[in-house]
Amino acid sequence: MSTRAASPAALFWAEFAESRMALAGLVVFALAVLVALTAPWITPQNPYDQAGLALMDARLPPGSVGSGGYTHWLGTDAQGRDVLSAIVWGLRTSLFVGAAAGVVALCIGTAVGLAAAFCGGRVELALMRLVDLQLSFPAILLALVLVAILGQGLFQVVAALVAAQYAYFARTVHGAALSERRKEYIEAAAGIPLHPARVVWRHLLPNCLPPLIVVATVQVANAIAIEATLSFLGVGMPVTEPSLGTLIANGFQFMLSGRYWISVYPGIALLIVIVAINLVGDQLRDVLNPRLKK
Amino acid sequence: MIAFLLQRLASAVVVIFAMSLIVFAGVFAIGNPIDVLINPAADQVIRAETIARYGLDRPFWEQYGYFLGSLVRGDFGTSFVFNQPALGLILSKLPATLELALAAMLIAIALGIPLGAYAGLKPDAAASRAIMAASVLGFSLPTFWVGLMLILVFSVETGWLPSGGRGETVTLLGIDWSFPTADGLAHLVLPALNLALFKLSLIIRLTRAGMRETWPADFVKFARAKGLTLRRVVLVHAMRNILIPIVTVLGLEFGSVMAFAVVTETIFSWPGMGKLVIDSILTLDRPVMVTYLMLVVTMFVTINLLVDLAYAALDPRVRLGGQR
Repeated sequence: MSTRAASPAALFWAEFAESRMALAGLVVFALAVLVALTAPWITPQNPYDQAGLALMDARLPPGSVGSGGYTHWLGTDAQGRDVLSAIVWGLRTSLFVGAAAGVVALCIGTAVGLAAAFCGGRVELALMRLVDLQLSFPAILLALVLVAILGQGLFQVVAALVAAQYAYFARTVHGAALSERRKEYIEAAAGIPLHPARVVWRHLLPNCLPPLIVVATVQVANAIAIEATLSFLGVGMPVTEPSLGTLIANGFQFMLSGRYWISVYPGIALLIVIVAINLVGDQLRDVLNPRLKK
Repeated sequence: MIAFLLQRLASAVVVIFAMSLIVFAGVFAIGNPIDVLINPAADQVIRAETIARYGLDRPFWEQYGYFLGSLVRGDFGTSFVFNQPALGLILSKLPATLELALAAMLIAIALGIPLGAYAGLKPDAAASRAIMAASVLGFSLPTFWVGLMLILVFSVETGWLPSGGRGETVTLLGIDWSFPTADGLAHLVLPALNLALFKLSLIIRLTRAGMRETWPADFVKFARAKGLTLRRVVLVHAMRNILIPIVTVLGLEFGSVMAFAVVTETIFSWPGMGKLVIDSILTLDRPVMVTYLMLVVTMFVTINLLVDLAYAALDPRVRLGGQR
């Protein structure tokens, strides 16, 4: 080992880059984020701006030139909206919802899992019972019920996703923390004695991170998929703030009459994002798993 | 054993009771159902009268108490939209969902076990890699997206299969079924396949993992050394050991198939419970929502209870560990 002078980060990167698929996934995901962030400047049309829409442009097939004078590469929808622009803006919403739900669920889930592992006793029993109970229901059903209760909108959807997904993080952190808690470095830190909060934050948490990162990647992809499903069912994002799922739902009624592009292209965008994140997650799982280390 | 059983039963009842409170409180918080109940042109007198008739002017706890009381008597309320008892309405849709779920499970088992076994026996074959790649897709793709693609390919482009509905049905034992007629079967194929994909991926992975674990075991080596045909070793010796975890998972997953049916039924306009509950959410039909949620909660709690009890019966360690 001493012959290798590379930093841990460089080693990690070299191992991650061994899989071309994962690298491709990472590149695609980075591109999607970039496109979503720069949406207002790279799309020919702002799909939210009702004044910019012309009904005479409605349902044009891909490649036709609309009244705006530019080519609609992926066609237009029922309101004369450029599908490509709508996808880029929808990607913005979908990625934001996925990331927001993932981060908040990560924080809450980690807190619950660490609290349970560190407190032990009745607190642990109560928290983990709740988590196990929740995990026995499918996340999609839970999210559906919560959105039905909370109503439509960005905040409501994120809240429902967080409530449905935090349990996965809690379970993971709890498991990791339980196996770490008994180790000597934790006992040493607690014996100095350091403040319990410091032991948890600086010593316990960093060692629980590897499985957490893997779960977080997969859960962001799941959050995007669940949000798209909710929106498709008509209970997720409102029409005024369409995500990819809303766009697919809007185009669904036109698909049976052969105007496939309104639904299919947003669907392909959704597919690419979800698969890209999953490829990255799969490789992270392999790299971060100590049992698979050569 | 009796104490363990009673303890588990009691905790199941507590969970159902707690969920009834959460569900009722949650549903209580959504919008005002009065707009659904009467037409907007109705005058104040009719409005007040309707509110009083449905008890909507009462405080939350009184409504909840009334709801619990009726629940015990088996009365789940009357659908605002259909004006029928909610429980009867949902149960009338149950056979359609059950038919779809069973067909999906059948497809998942019939395809998943052979594909998984093949991928486990020949892990490096190109076909095995393709099967595993497909199973990753089956896991990560949203159900509704796959459903759309199935409709696009098999209904819109080729016109081979219908895109929605149940088709012609036959009445057996007083219940309508789609599968006995050719038309009904054609309507069943796409939604069942759509619903099956997730479980199919799961079964493929489980079978493959089981196969790879079992194949190097001594009893398999011995069976092969004895000169038995490959077919017999796989089907009789290896499969028996692989099937145990698969059956467990399938039992647990049956509830989630019913849950995912919500999505599939909406896409394929399959007239089951899932489509009914989405419609009831969109129309704020409170009694139907509450009844559906209570049924689902009860179903999940029952499945988990049965699995717990089965484990306890089979494995004394679980039984002893349960008494903290």
